[in-house]
Amino acid sequence: MNRQMMKGNEAIAEAAVQAGCRYYFGYPITPQSEIPEYMSKRLPEVGGTFIQAESEIAAINMVYGAAGAGARAMTSSSSPGVSLKQEGISYIAGAELPCLIVNIVRGGPGLGSIQPAQSDYYQATRGGGHGDYRLPVFAPASVQEAVELTMKAFDVADRYRTPTMLLGDGAIGQMMEPVTMPEYKPAETDKSWAATGWREGCGRERAIINSLYIEPDRLEALVRKLEAKYKAIAENETMVDLQYMDDAEYAVVAYGTTARIALTAVRNARKQGVKAGLIRPITVWPFPEKVICDAASRLKGVLTVEMSLGQMVDDVRLAVNGQCPVRFFGRTGGMIPGVREVYDQLMSMKEGL
Amino acid sequence: MATVFERPKFLTDTPFHYCPGCTHGIIHRLVAEVLSEKFNQEDVIGVAPVGCAVFAYNYFNCDMYEAAHGRAPAVATGAKRVHPDKIVFTYQGDGDLASIGTAEIVHAATRGEKITVIFINNGIYGMTGGQMAPTTLIGEKTTTSPYGRTAERNGNPIRICEMLSTLDGPSYIARVSVHDVKNVLNAKKVIATAFEHQAEGKGLSLVEVLSTCPTNWGRSPQEALKFVAERMIPEYPLGVFKEV
Repeated sequence: MNRQMMKGNEAIAEAAVQAGCRYYFGYPITPQSEIPEYMSKRLPEVGGTFIQAESEIAAINMVYGAAGAGARAMTSSSSPGVSLKQEGISYIAGAELPCLIVNIVRGGPGLGSIQPAQSDYYQATRGGGHGDYRLPVFAPASVQEAVELTMKAFDVADRYRTPTMLLGDGAIGQMMEPVTMPEYKPAETDKSWAATGWREGCGRERAIINSLYIEPDRLEALVRKLEAKYKAIAENETMVDLQYMDDAEYAVVAYGTTARIALTAVRNARKQGVKAGLIRPITVWPFPEKVICDAASRLKGVLTVEMSLGQMVDDVRLAVNGQCPVRFFGRTGGMIPGVREVYDQLMSMKEGL
Repeated sequence: MATVFERPKFLTDTPFHYCPGCTHGIIHRLVAEVLSEKFNQEDVIGVAPVGCAVFAYNYFNCDMYEAAHGRAPAVATGAKRVHPDKIVFTYQGDGDLASIGTAEIVHAATRGEKITVIFINNGIYGMTGGQMAPTTLIGEKTTTSPYGRTAERNGNPIRICEMLSTLDGPSYIARVSVHDVKNVLNAKKVIATAFEHQAEGKGLSLVEVLSTCPTNWGRSPQEALKFVAERMIPEYPLGVFKEV
């Protein structure tokens, strides 16, 4: 596909189709409604199925059904709707089903606002629903990256039999940028565990798509199995982008749209002779803690910038582990930090104020 | 020696966990007999609920799901859309279908999803220990309606077949009982018809089966069967409510 201008939400939807997703179940909510709208038009063209579900709860359970049946399936929503999906995401994690959940985050709590936010970080990176589980969470900073991470998220989901999440703030969903659809080759996956119709002697076990383990020792065994999987994901799938970090004395840690604002502030600081750099987590779970820990040993200070009251900053502090001061700056409620604000924070950190 | 009775191929060789006198076992057997007579094992995918029948995946001998509470029709929708050539059924109790899962059953029904729903109405929450169900009769005492259910205090019972039969999507809606032999035989015929509707590609088919819970009703198995005949059927009349 040629380079073309696409709105983030539509680009994510097209990337999913290119990645072989043929089953979409969702419910309208601003600022992600272009995803179901696009899928309702596009999926019939490729022999897929679009259902506008009666609720986000029903939508995620349709994903459970379709993913359990061996299909590449997804849903999308925005913050209040993703809260509703948490029941199903927990069951999907327990039943070890691969699927993609897109959260185009808006301000909260409650009905909140419809403007971009990053205040669902805790929910996204701690599993979100009940129980002992995590899910890989990809946080794009551009429409092009949203496309690439959507494709990758499906592959990671299949490889580890886990739900994955694309965590984009509202700006990523709503803005238009030039996009080139990459050539996509699906990875080989074994889905012999799926419910596809079984008979005695067919060569596989009867499929039971399930998260119930009534004997506690068996549930502990499942959770230990998940733990091993999460360790492998942390080892193999952690993604981080470093800018100007080779000689940096001060680093900004930011993801998504905020990272783009922070990068401009870092460049402006460099123009003033301040050796600033940017650490941009691309996966927010697994979190690039080793990179941040290593960098912190050489840094004089770390500034974390988020569109929230400060959520990722907890992970930054854990990674820095006291090696240098960690400062936080955030705007919230749907407000976007300005370059000047981030620059001022960076400079005042340097001044030791 | 001629075999006169055997386990249908759609039942595993696993003893039911159900309480003495509970009619879940009869209903499992009826569903399995119908499936065995009509379909091959590989043609069928089932969805178990949350509630007393949560372990139905251990009993029905085909690919199975265990769904979150009330969500079985949504899970079945996902499975059926991926495998439109398969027979997909859910097996749900009254707390599951008629309370927490009302949105899922109503919308699966109105979409006309080509699935079959076996809905067990015993007017109580069995698995959690005898709490009031949406279908509990007025006057009945449960652990959460200790003074007896009243409309003022607890709200009214809900009639699922009557409600769903107002929709355009379902192709077959019926209520049966298994409190005596005659009704057991009729229930099997009705369950067979429901699955035929799905096999013929018609809309959603649902069979509500009036069932007993001697343990939580505080009645003997015989008294429980009598309660179905004398008290439940007048409130939940048997019959076919919709057939397209």
